[in-house]
Amino acid sequence: MNVQDKIRNHPCFSKDAHHHYARMHVAVAPACNIQCHYCNRKYDCSNESRPGVVSELLTPEQAVKKTLAVAAEIPQLTVLGIAGPGDPLANPERTFATFAALTDKAPDIRLCVSTNGLMLPQHVEELCKYNIDHVTITINCIDPEIGAQIYPWIFWEHRRIRGAKAAAILIDQQLKGLEMLAERGVLVKINSVLIPGVNDQHLAEVSRVVKEKGAFLHNIMPLIAEPEHGTFFGLMGQRSPTADELKAVQEQCANDMEIMSHCRQCRADAIGMLGQDRHAEFTLERIDKLEIDHAAAMERRRQVHKEIEANRAAAQPSRVLVSLDRLTRTTKAKPGLTGADVGNAQVASSAKAFQVAVASGDGRAVDQAFTEANAFLIYRLDAQGARQIATREVIAQLQAGNEGAAGADKPAAITALDDCDAVLCTRIGFDAWQQLEAAGIRPLTAEAGAAITAALANAYSDWPGAHETNTDTTGRALSA
Amino acid sequence: MSYRITDDCVNCWACEPLCPSQAVFAAEPHFRIDSARCTGCEGDFAEPQCASICPIEGAILDPSGAPVNPPGSLTGIPPAIWQQTQAAIQAR
Repeated sequence: MNVQDKIRNHPCFSKDAHHHYARMHVAVAPACNIQCHYCNRKYDCSNESRPGVVSELLTPEQAVKKTLAVAAEIPQLTVLGIAGPGDPLANPERTFATFAALTDKAPDIRLCVSTNGLMLPQHVEELCKYNIDHVTITINCIDPEIGAQIYPWIFWEHRRIRGAKAAAILIDQQLKGLEMLAERGVLVKINSVLIPGVNDQHLAEVSRVVKEKGAFLHNIMPLIAEPEHGTFFGLMGQRSPTADELKAVQEQCANDMEIMSHCRQCRADAIGMLGQDRHAEFTLERIDKLEIDHAAAMERRRQVHKEIEANRAAAQPSRVLVSLDRLTRTTKAKPGLTGADVGNAQVASSAKAFQVAVASGDGRAVDQAFTEANAFLIYRLDAQGARQIATREVIAQLQAGNEGAAGADKPAAITALDDCDAVLCTRIGFDAWQQLEAAGIRPLTAEAGAAITAALANAYSDWPGAHETNTDTTGRALSA
Repeated sequence: MSYRITDDCVNCWACEPLCPSQAVFAAEPHFRIDSARCTGCEGDFAEPQCASICPIEGAILDPSGAPVNPPGSLTGIPPAIWQQTQAAIQAR
């Protein structure tokens, strides 16, 4: 299996996959063996999870049952990860009990682990026994003096160790574990927390070294340092990086390796597509009552994944056509370039801006599911921002057998939105998801109640056309 | 005399598998140490294992009743600031 095959359906490792597939995390690993200055142990591990969140701790048995229930209801699920609430390898027995049972009961679900790396070398062989081909390691530095400012202590060989000595041990274990995994063909993502004044000038070197040792992907995460989380950095006044600082460091690191730009810093019990967390729907109480035919569920997952891949393949030509159109327009703009022509080119470019239909009842927040919406707010997005250009009512949306008159083979809602690039809702059911993609409309979700402006900014940053637009602008600037 | 776990314990399970005497056990509302079994790791380890991995300041008391990891010793956060934050978090 080559690298592309390994990542194509993993939402955290593939920027494209995260639009199509779902992942879930189970909170089975409560213990940790290090302290980071950006963590408060009353909450989930901040190396992978969103700070300030507490997950319900599960036993391995509960985690397996929950995973099978979720996989039966969300057939787009491809990945099960263990990312906390502590470190999965500080509680190796709980972690491996979960993986062993899932390898047996749901061999089609890929397993994933995120670790601080301190105990990683000791467990690489065990990890490779299971259906694990992706591992995330948090590496914030490769210099022990910088590490001493981030890690107040580690627990190593039966003792608590502090200072630069502790950091040196941790770094050595992280890099050794990375090499061992890479040698065995496991894909490794490196997470780094960007801490202004501490490691911001150092992460480019980290990126170079981890690439050299076989890392596949590097994810730079901003420090979140709020005093109310009770962390050392939060309480002692360490500030978070600005968006510009984060972007600058990501660009420095981008020369060496693929840089992840779609991370959503999940909860340790997250469920669903990135940015759309459905963990609240799957309580243990509800799961206990479910009767699931697991063989049938696995077959349905296989069928769903097959359809998703067919739709992804079918979507490629339209992207190529869009690119050709852009090239044609750019070529036309070059001869006789005058102010008026530049203005016209900009207007033409504006006509190709990202257009999104938003499901909102109050006009301020994304608060409706696709099938709930009677009307959509139509927004046009470009580098200058977002503005609403229309409200569009839709009728007879996605009800079985109730085809719209305007389109013989498409529900009226999708027909009404067919000039949009994407639709943004709180939930989009599987059937609607497939139909939207088939119509060339990208389905996007936001948390219920998310502000429209913030959700649109996220959608714009994920839109491939945003980068094409920037390239276009650069091209015009160069020819001017 | 044995080590003791206080109400500050957050149930992270880190200490339980480390105890050479199997004296640590899960209980409500937090983990506890069976005083009849606890040896303070004498003869087994140079340092008491539960207190060496415990991430919470003040959660484990030594046989004299003193915190093995007093406020500020693990996080580096000055105790006065920590107390203010604790109060604010609990008021939430």
